[in-house]
Amino acid sequence: MLIGVPRESRPRETRVAATPKTVGQLVGLGYDVVIESGAGALASFDDLAYAAAGARVVSAEEAWGADIVHKVNAPSDEEIGRLRAGTVLVSLLAPALSPELVEKLRAAGVTAMAMDAVPRISRAQSLDVLSSMANIAGYRAVVEAAHEFGSFFTGQVTAAGKVPPAKVLVAGAGVAGLAAIGTARSLGAIVRATDARAEVAEQVESMGADFLAVQMPEVDAAATSSDGYAKEMGEEYNRRAAELYAAQVPDADIVVTTALIPGRPAPRLITAEMVAAMKPGSVIVDMAASNGGNVEGSVADEMVMSANGVRIIGYTDLAARLPTQASQLYGTNLVNLMKLLTPGKDGQLVLDFDDVVQRNMTVARDGELLWPPPAIQVSAAPVAAPAAAVVKAPDKPKDPRRRYVGMAIGAVVFALIAAVSPASFLGHFTVFALAVVIGYYVIGNVHHALHTPLMSVTNAISGIIVVGALLQLGTTSTSGGATSSVILVLAFIATLIASINIFGGFTVTRRMLTMFRKG
Amino acid sequence: MTDVSTALISAAYIVAALLFILSLAGLSKHETARDGNVLGMIGMAIALVATLWLALRDAAWGNWVAIIVAMTIGASIGIWRARRVEMTGMPELIAMLHSFVGAAAVLVGINTYLADVGGGDAVHLVEIFLGVFIGAVTFTGSIVAFLKLSARISSKPLMLPARHWMNLAALVASTALLVWFVASHSIVPLLLMLAIALAFGWHLVASIGGGDMPVVVSMLNSYSGWAAAAAGFMLGNDLLIVTGALVGSSGAYLSYIMCKAMNRSFVSVIAGGFGSDGAVSNADVDYGEHRETSAAEVADLLTHSSSVVITPGYGMAVAQAQYPVAELTAKLRERGVDVRFGIHPVAGRLPGHMNVLLAEARVPYDIVLEMDEINPDLPDTDVVLVIGANDTVNPAAAEDPTSPIAGMPVLEVWKAREVVVFKRSMAAGYAGVQNPLFFRDNSAMLFGDAKERVEDIIKAL
Repeated sequence: MLIGVPRESRPRETRVAATPKTVGQLVGLGYDVVIESGAGALASFDDLAYAAAGARVVSAEEAWGADIVHKVNAPSDEEIGRLRAGTVLVSLLAPALSPELVEKLRAAGVTAMAMDAVPRISRAQSLDVLSSMANIAGYRAVVEAAHEFGSFFTGQVTAAGKVPPAKVLVAGAGVAGLAAIGTARSLGAIVRATDARAEVAEQVESMGADFLAVQMPEVDAAATSSDGYAKEMGEEYNRRAAELYAAQVPDADIVVTTALIPGRPAPRLITAEMVAAMKPGSVIVDMAASNGGNVEGSVADEMVMSANGVRIIGYTDLAARLPTQASQLYGTNLVNLMKLLTPGKDGQLVLDFDDVVQRNMTVARDGELLWPPPAIQVSAAPVAAPAAAVVKAPDKPKDPRRRYVGMAIGAVVFALIAAVSPASFLGHFTVFALAVVIGYYVIGNVHHALHTPLMSVTNAISGIIVVGALLQLGTTSTSGGATSSVILVLAFIATLIASINIFGGFTVTRRMLTMFRKG
Repeated sequence: MTDVSTALISAAYIVAALLFILSLAGLSKHETARDGNVLGMIGMAIALVATLWLALRDAAWGNWVAIIVAMTIGASIGIWRARRVEMTGMPELIAMLHSFVGAAAVLVGINTYLADVGGGDAVHLVEIFLGVFIGAVTFTGSIVAFLKLSARISSKPLMLPARHWMNLAALVASTALLVWFVASHSIVPLLLMLAIALAFGWHLVASIGGGDMPVVVSMLNSYSGWAAAAAGFMLGNDLLIVTGALVGSSGAYLSYIMCKAMNRSFVSVIAGGFGSDGAVSNADVDYGEHRETSAAEVADLLTHSSSVVITPGYGMAVAQAQYPVAELTAKLRERGVDVRFGIHPVAGRLPGHMNVLLAEARVPYDIVLEMDEINPDLPDTDVVLVIGANDTVNPAAAEDPTSPIAGMPVLEVWKAREVVVFKRSMAAGYAGVQNPLFFRDNSAMLFGDAKERVEDIIKAL
C-alpha cells in the first residue's frame, strides 16, 4: 500500500510526519512512500534525502491521494476534501475536544486514527506521541526560559565575582515536567518540583531535583478512591497547594508549569499576586497556555511582561521549535504504529479491533463513528496497588522500634552471658566480634563478579579448622587406650578433609582468577 | 613449652589472620584478586607451619606419619578435584567444600570433648555443643545442596507436612539436650543432638528449591564459617575465631545480597517451598501472542545494531552455551558493535557464577556489568539477547503488584528496542510465574537449545 506524507499547512508548524530514517523503516515494512515536495524543509530534511531513503517526492495531490496519509496536525476542511473515501488518515486529532472534526472525517468516509488517543498502557508506549512531544516541549521550555533569563543557570565563582545558581520550580512532574527538570539540572540550576501525585517523588529525585510535597494530614491513596470524598479532599488540597506555591514561587528565578488535566481547563496554580511577588527578571513558562494556562495572565503563543518585570511565556508550539528532533520522534511513533498495523510486514495494513490500542485510536471508519471508544478493561494492577500500599504502610513505622527492642534484648542477653563466663571467653569474644565487623566491611567491597572466587577462597581459609585437628592428631598418644584411638581416627579424618578444603580451595580460586581478563 | 615459642606461635597466628583479611580485601578488585589469593596461601602456610611445630615438638613418629599421610591424601584429592572441575560444576564443588568444613567441625568438637572429658566448665561445654551443632547442620545441609546442584536428587523443594513445626521441634529438643549435657557432662546428649542436627540440616536444605540455591550456598558458606569460629572458641584459638568470623560474615553478606536481589526475606528463603504455591493466580490471564524468530533474522538484526546487551541466566550454564556466546561477542565486537553483558545477582546457582563462566569462555570482564550498572543503559540499547534467563528479566516484577515476584529488582530488558529470548519452550521460570516479556511487541522468541541457536547465528553472520 502507498503511504503519503503531505506538507503541514498550519501556520508556525515546522514538523513533518516522516524523516528519511523513518521512511526507510516504512519501506522495510513493505510500504511504498510518497512525500510532498518540501514537506521536510522546515525540519531540515531536504527532498533528496527522502528520495535517497526510498520515497518518491511528489505533488500535494499525489501525497493526499495515497492509501494511507500520515500527518502531524489535524487536516483543515480543504484538506479533508482532498482525501478519498477509504483512505486511512493518521494524525493528531484531539477527538475529545473537536467533535465536529471527527464528524467531518466520518462523513468523508475516511478511516481516521488519532495519534493522541493512544491508551496509556505500557505496551503502547512506543506509539505515544503525547509523551514524545511532551518530552521535547519540557526541554524547550527550559531553553526558552534560559533565553529570556538575564543570568546564568549554573553557579560559578569567577574572577569577577560569585554567581549564584538559578532556582527553578517545576510544577507538575509528568513527562514534560521531568524533561524540564533534567534540562534545568544539566544547565546547573537548583531545581525543585511539585506534583499532586506523591508517588512521583522518587522520579523527581532520580532526576536530581528536590520534591516539594503538599503537606496533607492523613491523606493518601484514599483521596482518589470515591468521587465525593475526593472532591472534598481536593479543596483542602488546593488550599494547601496554593500555600506551597505562595511560599516557593517568589524564591524561584524560573517557574515552569506543566499541569494539564485531559478534557478540562488547566488548573490555575500561579495567581497574579504570586507573580507580583517574584523578582524582576524572573521567567515563567506556562506550558498549559493552550488550555487556559496554569498562570494568571499568561497568553497563548505570546510572551507577556508583568508590571514588576516578570516574563510570562505562553508558547504553545514548544515541541515544534525543535522540528528535526520532534519530526524524528513523531515519525518513529508512526513507524511503531505501522509495525502494529502490519503484522505480515508485507505492506498490507490490517486493523484489528480486538486490540485495545488500535480500537482506541480509531475514531471513524467507513462512515461509522467510533469515538468515544469503549472503556478499556481495568487491569488488576491499579486495583491491587492501593491494597499493597495498605499492607506496606503499617510496616514502616514499626521498624525502628522493633530494631531497638531487638538491640536491647541482645544487650541484656549478652550482659547475662558475660556475667557468668570466664575472662578468657570474653577475650575471645572480643576478637570474634571485631572480626565479624571487619569481615562485613571487607566483603562489602568485593566486586560482584568475584563472588564465586570469594566463596572458594573462603572455603580454603575455613580449612584453617585443620589447626584443631592437627593439634589433636599430633599430641594424642599413639599408644593410649580406646579413647585415644577414637580421637586419633577422628582427627585423622578431620585433617584429611580440611586439607582437601585448603588445597582444593586455593587451587580452584587461582584457576578461576587466571581466567578473568580485561578486554 | 617455652615462653618464646608460645609467643612466636601467637605471632604467626596474628600474621596469618591479617593475611587472611588482606586476602579477602584483595578480591575487591580484579587487578588485586590474584595477589589476594596468594596472600591467603601465604597466611595458610604460616599458620600450618606454626601449628605443626606446636603439635609435633613432642610427638612420636606415629603422629608424624599420621599427619603427613592425612595431609598428603587431602591435598592430592583437593588439587585433583580443583584442576578437573568444570566451571559449570563450581556450585557443586563449593557445596562439597562447605560440607567438609562442617564435618571437620563436628569431628574436632567430639574430639575436644573426648580429650578432656568432664574437665571443662559450663562455658566450654556450651562451646563444644554449639560447634558440633553448627558443624552438623552445615555438613548435611551442604551434602543435600551438593546432591541437588549436581542433579543427583530432584531440586524441587521437599514439602513435608508440618515442616516448620519439625524444624522448631528440632531446635527445642537441641536446647533441652544442651541443658542435659551441661548438667551431666555425659556424651549421650551430645550424640543425640548430633543425630538431630544432622537430620535438621538435611531437612532445612531439602525443603528449598533449586532456584534459591545462590542463597542456600552462601548461607552454608556462612555456617561453615560459624562452625570454624565455634571450633576456635572451644580450642581457645583466636586464629580460628578470626577466620571463622570472616568467612561467616562473608557468607551472611552474600546471602543478604542474594535475598535483596530476589526481594525476599532471608527467613522466607530458609523456610523454603517457594514456587510451589500461590503461583497459579494469574495463569488464566491472556497475554496475547508471542512472536517467533529465526537464527538468520537475529543475525541480521545484530549486524544492523550498534549496541547489544546479553543477559545470561542458568539456562546458559545448562546448555554450556558460554563458548558460542563468547565467540558471537567477539565477532560482533570486531564489527564495531558494542556488546556488553548484564548479570542479575541471582543468575545461576552461585553468587557470581555467570561471571566465572564468561571469564572461562574468555569474555573480557570489563564488558560484564552488574544489573544496576546496565539498567540505565537498556532504553538506549538496540538489541537484548536473553539467554536462558526468565524470572530475572520479568517485567511483571516491576509492573504487576499482584505477581508473586512483585518488587524483585530485574533487568529491564523490555525497555530496549528489540529483545530476543532464547528458550526451550514457553514454560514458566523457577518462580512458576508467566513472563509477559515474551508477549511484548518488541520481543521475539528463538526456540531451541541455546548453544545450537547461538552457533546458528554465528554461521549466519
